[in-house]
Amino acid sequence: MRVNGTFLALIGAFFGIIALIYWFTAYEDAGFLMLIGSAFLGLLPGSYYLWWSRRMRPLEGDEPDATPSSGAGVIDSFPGSSIWPFLLGMGAFFATLTFAFGLWLAPIAVALGLSAVIGGVVESRRGGTV
Amino acid sequence: MTTTIESPDLIEPEEPGGPGAHGHAEGDHEAAHEHHGPHGILNWLTSTDHKVIGKSYMITALVTFFISGVMALVIRAQLADPTSSLVNFQTYNELFTMHGSLMLYLFAGPFAFGGLANYIVPLQVGAPDMAYPRLNALSYWLYLGGASMMTLSFVVAGGAASFGWVAYAPLSNSINSPGTGTDLWLLSLGLTGFSAIFTGVNLVATIFYLRAPGMTMFRVPIFSWNMLVTGILILIAFPVLFGAVVMLFCDRHFGTHIYSVQGGGVPVLWQHLFWFFGHPEVYILALPYFGIVTDIIPVFSRKPLFGYRGMVFATLSIAALSTGVWAHHMFTTGVVLLPFFSLLSYLIAIPTGIKFFNWIGTMWGGQLSFQTPMLFSMGFLFAFLMGGVTGVLLASPPVDFMTHDTYFVVAHFHQVLIGTTVFAGFAGFYFWYPKMFGRMLSERLGKLHFWFLFIGFWVTFVPQYLVGLKGMPRRVADYLSSNGWTGLNQLSTVGAFVIGFSFLFFFANLIQSWRKPVPAGDNPWDGGALEWFTSSPPPHHNFTHLPPIRSERPTWDYNHPEHRKDESHGDKRHREHDQKKETVGANS
Repeated sequence: MRVNGTFLALIGAFFGIIALIYWFTAYEDAGFLMLIGSAFLGLLPGSYYLWWSRRMRPLEGDEPDATPSSGAGVIDSFPGSSIWPFLLGMGAFFATLTFAFGLWLAPIAVALGLSAVIGGVVESRRGGTV
Repeated sequence: MTTTIESPDLIEPEEPGGPGAHGHAEGDHEAAHEHHGPHGILNWLTSTDHKVIGKSYMITALVTFFISGVMALVIRAQLADPTSSLVNFQTYNELFTMHGSLMLYLFAGPFAFGGLANYIVPLQVGAPDMAYPRLNALSYWLYLGGASMMTLSFVVAGGAASFGWVAYAPLSNSINSPGTGTDLWLLSLGLTGFSAIFTGVNLVATIFYLRAPGMTMFRVPIFSWNMLVTGILILIAFPVLFGAVVMLFCDRHFGTHIYSVQGGGVPVLWQHLFWFFGHPEVYILALPYFGIVTDIIPVFSRKPLFGYRGMVFATLSIAALSTGVWAHHMFTTGVVLLPFFSLLSYLIAIPTGIKFFNWIGTMWGGQLSFQTPMLFSMGFLFAFLMGGVTGVLLASPPVDFMTHDTYFVVAHFHQVLIGTTVFAGFAGFYFWYPKMFGRMLSERLGKLHFWFLFIGFWVTFVPQYLVGLKGMPRRVADYLSSNGWTGLNQLSTVGAFVIGFSFLFFFANLIQSWRKPVPAGDNPWDGGALEWFTSSPPPHHNFTHLPPIRSERPTWDYNHPEHRKDESHGDKRHREHDQKKETVGANS
C-alpha cells in the first residue's frame, strides 16, 4: 500500500503547490478552491494509506514474490446477481425526471428507491437473493 | 446470489506451455465458479458480473456513437452548400449540441471507463470481479437512464438543448434557453455524472485492493494503470460538473442568481467550473485510449514495452497537469492569467512526447505485424500527433486569439478525440473482441474499415483547419458563397461520408463473426498480460488458475519460459549474489 499512498500523497502535494502559485499570481477564488479541494482529495486518502501501510500486513498483491498459493483463501464475497441495483437506478431515473415533468412521478421514484434500498440491505445481511 | 470466491490455484511454471496450449486447464472453468444465475433478459437486468456490465456499457455507448454520427453527417450535409436549407437554424443548433453531448458524455468516456475498463481491468490485475459489483451495476443503470434522457430530449416540446455541449451562461439560462429539453440535458448530466463517479471509485478500489498475489503496482499493465489515473481524474472532475449543473438548474428554476449579472452573480464562474471539469475530461477520454495503444503495440511488435515506468510517470504527469490548465479554454474572456495557463498547457507536451517516444521505441527493432488492432493503433498515432501539435499551437494566447471559435479549433479537437476514442477505441475493440466473445473478427473487413476511416478522417479534418484559418466560425448553419469556404467545406463533407461508409465494414464484420464464427482460442495474438491467460470468453469470476506473476507480462513469461523476465526480489538477490561471486572469482 506504500506505493498507492505515496502516489496519492504526491497528487495532493502537486495540487497544493499549484494552488498556492495560482493564488499568488491569479488572485481568483474559484480556481484556487478547486485546486485546494483536489489537493485534499489526494492528501487525505494518501496520508491514511501511508499511515496504515506501516501497520498492516502487506497485501499479497504488494508482495513481489507472492504466488496464488501463498494468498490461498477467501478473497471476498461477490454477488452473482442482484435485481436491486436495477431498481435503484430506475428509482434515481424517475426521481430525476420529477425535476423536469413534475411531482406526479415522485411516488414511482420513492417506491422504486425504497424497495431497492431495503432489498439491497436485506440481501447483504442474508448473503443471498431475497 | 452471493458467492464466496477463493484464490485460484497456481499453475507451476515448470509445465512448459501450461496445461492446454494456452495456459489454463481445459474444462476447468466449466467445473469451477460456474454461474447458475438467471438467464435471458433477467440475467441482463440482474447481473453484477463486470463482463456483462462492460458489454452492456459498450453496446449502449456504440448506439449513442452511431446516433451521434448520423447527426454529424446531417451537419456536414448542411454545410456542403453555402445556403443549404436541409435543416432550419434551430434544428441545426440542436444537432451540433446533441452531437457533441452524445459523443463526449455518452460515448467517448463510458465506452472506455465503463465498457473496456470494466471488462478488462479485473482480468488484467487478476481479480474475480470489480471491487463493488452492485455499485458497478448501479453505475450502468444510471448511465442508461441518463443516456435515454438526453437522447429522448429531441421529442419533448421545444426540442433538445441548443446551446452547444459547453452550455455557457447566460445562453443556458431560462430566458435564452427555455424548455424541457434543456432541463433534461442538465438532469442527464447529473445521472451520468454519478454513474462516472461510482465507476471511478470501483476502478480505484479494484486496482488498489484486488490485484492477484505478485501483481505489484509496477507490474500492472499500462491500460490498467491508465484506468487507475482516469478513475482519480473522474473523482476530481465530475463532482465539480455536478455542482455546476445543480447551480445552473437552481438559476433556471429556483430563482437563484449564481450565473446572472442582474442578481449579482458571475456568468464566467460557469466557465471556470465547467472547464475545471472539461479539461481533465479531455484526458479522462484520452488516457484510457493511450493505455489501449500501449498494450497493443508491444504485442504486435513482439517486444516488451519500452520504458514501462516512464509511461506510468508520463500518465501521472499528464493527469496532474491536465487539472491545472482549465482556463486555456478561456483565454479570450480576458479575465484569466494567460502566462500561468499557457505555461502549464505547454508542459503537457513533455509527458505526451515521452509517450510517443516510448511507443516508437517499442516498435523500433521489433517484428512488426500490421493486423487490424495494430493498424488502428497506427491511425491513432498519426491522428493524435496532428491533434497534439495543433493543441500546442492553441496553448499560445496570440494564436488562440486568432483562431478561437473557428473551424481550426473544431479540427483540432476532432483530431484529438477521434484519434483517441475512435482509432484507439476500435483498436481496443478489435484487440479484445476475441477475448470477450471467443470468436475472431475478419482481418480483411477490419482492414477495409481502417483504410476507409483513415482516409475519410484526413479528408474531413485537414480542410477544416484551412477553412478555420480563413476565418470560418464554428456553429454556423450557413455562410456566403463569396466567403470562399465552399470548396473546403464540400471536401470535408465528402470525407465525413467516407467515415460513415467505413462503418458498414464494421457492421459486416460483426455480422460475419456471428453467422460464421471462427473460434479465437484463449490467446490469439500471443499477448502477454493476464487477460490472455484465461479462457475466451472468461468463466464467471474470471480465473480458475493463475500463473506466477513476476513481470508485467505474466502470460508471456508462462508461455515462453525461455524468454522469461523474472523480476522477483528473491531472484534479483540471487542474480546479484551470483554476479558478485563471478566477479570475486574473476578477481582472484
